[in-house]
Amino acid sequence: MRRAPWKTPVAVVLTAVMLFPIYWMVNVSLTNRASIRRGDLIPIDFTLDHYGVVLSQQLPYLATSVLIGIGTVLLTLAIATPAAFGLAKLSFPGGRTLSFILIVAQMVPAVVMSLGFYSIYNRIGLLNTVPGLILADSTIAVPFAVMLLTAFMAGIPRELIEAAEIDGASTWRVFSAIVVPISRNSMITASLFAFLWSWSDFLFASTLNREGGLLRPITMGIYNYIGAQNQEWGPMMATAVVASIPAAVLLVVAQKYVSAGVTAGAVKD
Amino acid sequence: MTTPVSSAATGHSPSAVTQRPRRRRSTRWVAIAFVAPLLVYLVVFYAYPLIENVTMSLHRFDRGSFVRGGAPFVGLDIYREVVSDPRFWRVVSQTATFTVVSILFQYVIGLALAVFFHGGQFRLSAALRGMFLVPWLLPVIVSGTVWQWMMNPDSGVINSFLGVFGIDPVWWLNADNALMSVTIANIWLGIPFNLVILYSGLQNIPTDLYEASSLDGASPWQQFWRITMPLLRPVSVITVLLGLVYTLKVVDIIWIMTTGAGSSQTLATWSYGMAFGKGASTVIRYSQASAVGTILLLVALAFGVVYLVMQRRRED
Repeated sequence: MRRAPWKTPVAVVLTAVMLFPIYWMVNVSLTNRASIRRGDLIPIDFTLDHYGVVLSQQLPYLATSVLIGIGTVLLTLAIATPAAFGLAKLSFPGGRTLSFILIVAQMVPAVVMSLGFYSIYNRIGLLNTVPGLILADSTIAVPFAVMLLTAFMAGIPRELIEAAEIDGASTWRVFSAIVVPISRNSMITASLFAFLWSWSDFLFASTLNREGGLLRPITMGIYNYIGAQNQEWGPMMATAVVASIPAAVLLVVAQKYVSAGVTAGAVKD
Repeated sequence: MTTPVSSAATGHSPSAVTQRPRRRRSTRWVAIAFVAPLLVYLVVFYAYPLIENVTMSLHRFDRGSFVRGGAPFVGLDIYREVVSDPRFWRVVSQTATFTVVSILFQYVIGLALAVFFHGGQFRLSAALRGMFLVPWLLPVIVSGTVWQWMMNPDSGVINSFLGVFGIDPVWWLNADNALMSVTIANIWLGIPFNLVILYSGLQNIPTDLYEASSLDGASPWQQFWRITMPLLRPVSVITVLLGLVYTLKVVDIIWIMTTGAGSSQTLATWSYGMAFGKGASTVIRYSQASAVGTILLLVALAFGVVYLVMQRRRED
């Protein structure tokens, strides 16, 4: 393909414009309270105090978010992995209908789900609890995870499974000893997205876990700052920077796993 | 949060048919056993909340009956009230503006960037394209608060920037401008999604088409309109339809920036605000919120069905 070296500087400028809001967040988070409103382009009046506030005030929320994220990942994998195997490699009747339902499920407005969950949770006492939020957050990830894993498992060569069956392996053994290890990378990809979505979730947290005290996720930690008298922009932006870390990690790590998921395969024809 | 999975490949293998009948029957039960947790999950955590939502919209709930139960069944009364509310059509038209303008700009900018990154190799291309994903991966509460601060009328960087050119400060988040402001932020959020999908679409266009047309003396502009756009059309349709479904249901970016105030109220934020709005003075109106939510659901699913039909036609 042609080379176009002139594009590099243009692309750098475009990326800089696109990512300016993120730079601005970091800039404000490092600027002393008294100087924030001045809007300096670089943090001349430098301080790390706002991050001190994050450490002293936001750690419980961060820990809760990690807990919810891990719970969401485990629940998502527990539901999605066997289902994907059933859809991709066993003759499950109605697979096409189910895949249709999964696509439609992803189109349901979250506000509708949260209204329904709110009413149900109110009745059964799951409001403002971590398990309640894990269950709700998993609904964002499960349809995606099933579709991602099904697409991957459909590509696992049939010979591999038949060879194991001839050796007398049960279906469960084929699943746990062959299919799951081979699907490792796509399971990691699904987990990373499940974690990120539950970490980022605002809608379920702000409806189903409004009064959960310290057992609320970091998105609520940031939301607390909004609308307060004298909105504290410094600590708020510092918290936002910390809350962005999983996204940054995912960007670096998951690109590799996404492509690995596509190209993996143990036996070639 | 949205996902770019455009089609579900459920890889049905025909080889099961060649097995003996008894064997096939037992594997069928095994298959059902593996999928059963998902089926139960979909019923309990998707169907049940959806039914609950619709049920709420058919009963007149107030705070008391929400806690204690016993809300009277009122049929479609709530829907009638909501639709005849003087705010309803204004909110519908704001929702339409928010959605259409967001998608138009997301698509055009996403396509321009995809074409830019696709044509010709250059240093850092992949890394910079990866950086463009950041707005998509960030928690919306992060993006929303940053935009809110950048649009601050007194100290926001956007007004400082405009001031350099002698433009008067814009009151971004007041009632009149709120729709424009949340749309700008939402366009920023949606560009990565459009870029990713359209870029992958461009990669499927054979490069020899471009080579042959350059030999015939076609300009890049002609190539774009005669080759790129027609061959990208199926992907474009899918991108726009998915964008429609996802943009219609947006709550977070709007709520975080303006709490749906003034012109930025959409069906989704209206529904959210009626049930969960901040402030003690708000009268909690679950039934109305559920009715608006159900209307939103029907609109989203209508576009969703169009999407599925287009997707299937593309596969066949």
